[in-house]
Amino acid sequence: MTQDPITLYRSMLVIRECEAQLNELFAKNLFPGYIHSYLGQEACAVGICSGLNDTDYIVSNHRGRGHYLAKGMALKPMMAEMLGKATGICGGRGGEMHAADPALGILGGNGIVGAGMPIGAGAALAAQMDGLGAVAVVFFGEGASNNGAFGETLNVAAAWNLPLIMVCENNLYAEMTPFAQTVGQPDVAARATGYGVASEIVDGNDVLAVRAAAGRAVERARAGEGPTLLELKTYRWGGHFEGDPRKYRTREEEAEWKARCPVARYRRHLVALGVEADRLGSLEAAVAAEVAEAVTFALDSPLPPPESALLKVFA
Amino acid sequence: MPTKTYCWAIIDAMREEMARDDKVFLMGEDVAAAGGAFGASRGLLDAFGPIRVRDTPISEEIIVGMGVGAAMAGRRPIVEIMFIDFLGLCLDQIANQAAKSHYIYDGMFKMPLVIRTSSAVEMGIGPHHSQAWEALVGHIPGLKVVMPSTPRDAKGLLKSAIRDDNPVIFIEHIAMHRIKEEIEDDEDFLIPIGKADVKRAGSDVSVVASGLMVARALAAAERLAGDGISVEVIDPRTISPLDFDTISASVSKTSRCLVVSSSHKNFGFGSEVAAEIGERCFFDLDQPVRRLSPPFTPAPFGRQFDQFLNPDTDAIVAAVRDLMA
Repeated sequence: MTQDPITLYRSMLVIRECEAQLNELFAKNLFPGYIHSYLGQEACAVGICSGLNDTDYIVSNHRGRGHYLAKGMALKPMMAEMLGKATGICGGRGGEMHAADPALGILGGNGIVGAGMPIGAGAALAAQMDGLGAVAVVFFGEGASNNGAFGETLNVAAAWNLPLIMVCENNLYAEMTPFAQTVGQPDVAARATGYGVASEIVDGNDVLAVRAAAGRAVERARAGEGPTLLELKTYRWGGHFEGDPRKYRTREEEAEWKARCPVARYRRHLVALGVEADRLGSLEAAVAAEVAEAVTFALDSPLPPPESALLKVFA
Repeated sequence: MPTKTYCWAIIDAMREEMARDDKVFLMGEDVAAAGGAFGASRGLLDAFGPIRVRDTPISEEIIVGMGVGAAMAGRRPIVEIMFIDFLGLCLDQIANQAAKSHYIYDGMFKMPLVIRTSSAVEMGIGPHHSQAWEALVGHIPGLKVVMPSTPRDAKGLLKSAIRDDNPVIFIEHIAMHRIKEEIEDDEDFLIPIGKADVKRAGSDVSVVASGLMVARALAAAERLAGDGISVEVIDPRTISPLDFDTISASVSKTSRCLVVSSSHKNFGFGSEVAAEIGERCFFDLDQPVRRLSPPFTPAPFGRQFDQFLNPDTDAIVAAVRDLMA
């Protein structure tokens, strides 16, 4: 999927606006449940998904809105799903941690850290059996790399040469614990070597660097050259969830990372390329309005009736 | 009709379904080159090749999890977890992923996944290879749990499981692998999931027996017939969803019910049957529903312990006589 520079920027803006407007809803007590904010990580999802086709699979996690949107999920049904509304893409049954769209290869999110990795390997296996060159991408946080499923997945992906791209968004905090406190080796990518999996460490706040690395990994996978682990070094602007008091890190550290904002950084790049500020300004206003319209749609939509809880236990 | 062992009935079911639908494939520990730890996939590698019959690493979470992902991507995986005691290693993928994906995603994904696993209750292999965990998985909505007690049931139920669009835990018992039975020579021979089988008709007592206990219940029924006690033996065949209609119709007729199971009494299969019968048939009952199960303890290594812990034919005979007293 070739994407022009403006489309890449727009993709990041949509995610940024969604996260900002959902946080506002949460602050007004209009959001049910937890928000696991994707603010600050926009370049990761957009850089990876900009190189994928609709026939490629992604498996997301609990912090999934960026992934869903970057892979092309329609904004209104996505937003309504986050609020658990009947107009949501899963009829409101999945909520904030679970959305899917089989037509776009989006195989869902997850409420269990690490559980998506084996599922992604299974999708990669199916793609390999199909022989049509599709790949599977698993998004996970660095915290999930301490789960047993991580090792099991890397091992089988290497053994079976699966077209799997393991995308670790290393945002430095495993829920509410600094990742560095939980490991003897802070580079997740370094672990790939022991399993015979190719890996790269990438600046996760540089959408073009992420896009380039994803392109190399996808090309390897499509060519039958097996899995790749990409470790994207980034930062989670919010807490593990909104309302998390973030006692485990300093406000100064947060300010330093916000100064490395991936959206602003790419905007500067576009301006340097000669894109007029006016054009970017009107794009930003249009995206804000589009997201606001989706939020209104979600807020105005009905909840699914309680008795629908009894439906669809079995196919 | 050809006579087949339980083990070959399982192999035949997989071979026929893999030939019928090229989306079906098999993966698990030692299932390909070795033909299965217990021989239950012999010949399948030669018949279908290494893409569709795959030896996995000893990574249970991956085995089930890849099955989930492959099913979401349009395949119909059969995965094997060698012993049911190993389910702890992959319970998240079973209970949270396989069981719930159709539900969470509003029916957008089907989950045609069969998880074949084996019980070795009473085979003296020790506490990590001797458990009856059907109740553990029976507790989870979204899963079907099947536990056949004869070769014919095994074949017909496994074929139904492979054709089912829901996740099915298919529990085999290794000690039954060599028992033989005539089976219809028909590639569309199916036994429906969720339907109990009256293995012996009777009028005085209903004995609901599962898995290894079915043969013992039938032996007990034969002995008791000599004393003029007519025992109806019901094999649920499917643990979940359990066919309470067949069971309660029998109990309403006989007014007495004994449940015999290898699963522990506490929160177990027998408790579930007894409670439901209590609700459905209270005014038909002449006696409280009785349960025969192993005591609430792990099983040490050695068959003498297994024989001591598990219900045998004598115990079933005694319990039925007690119900008739």
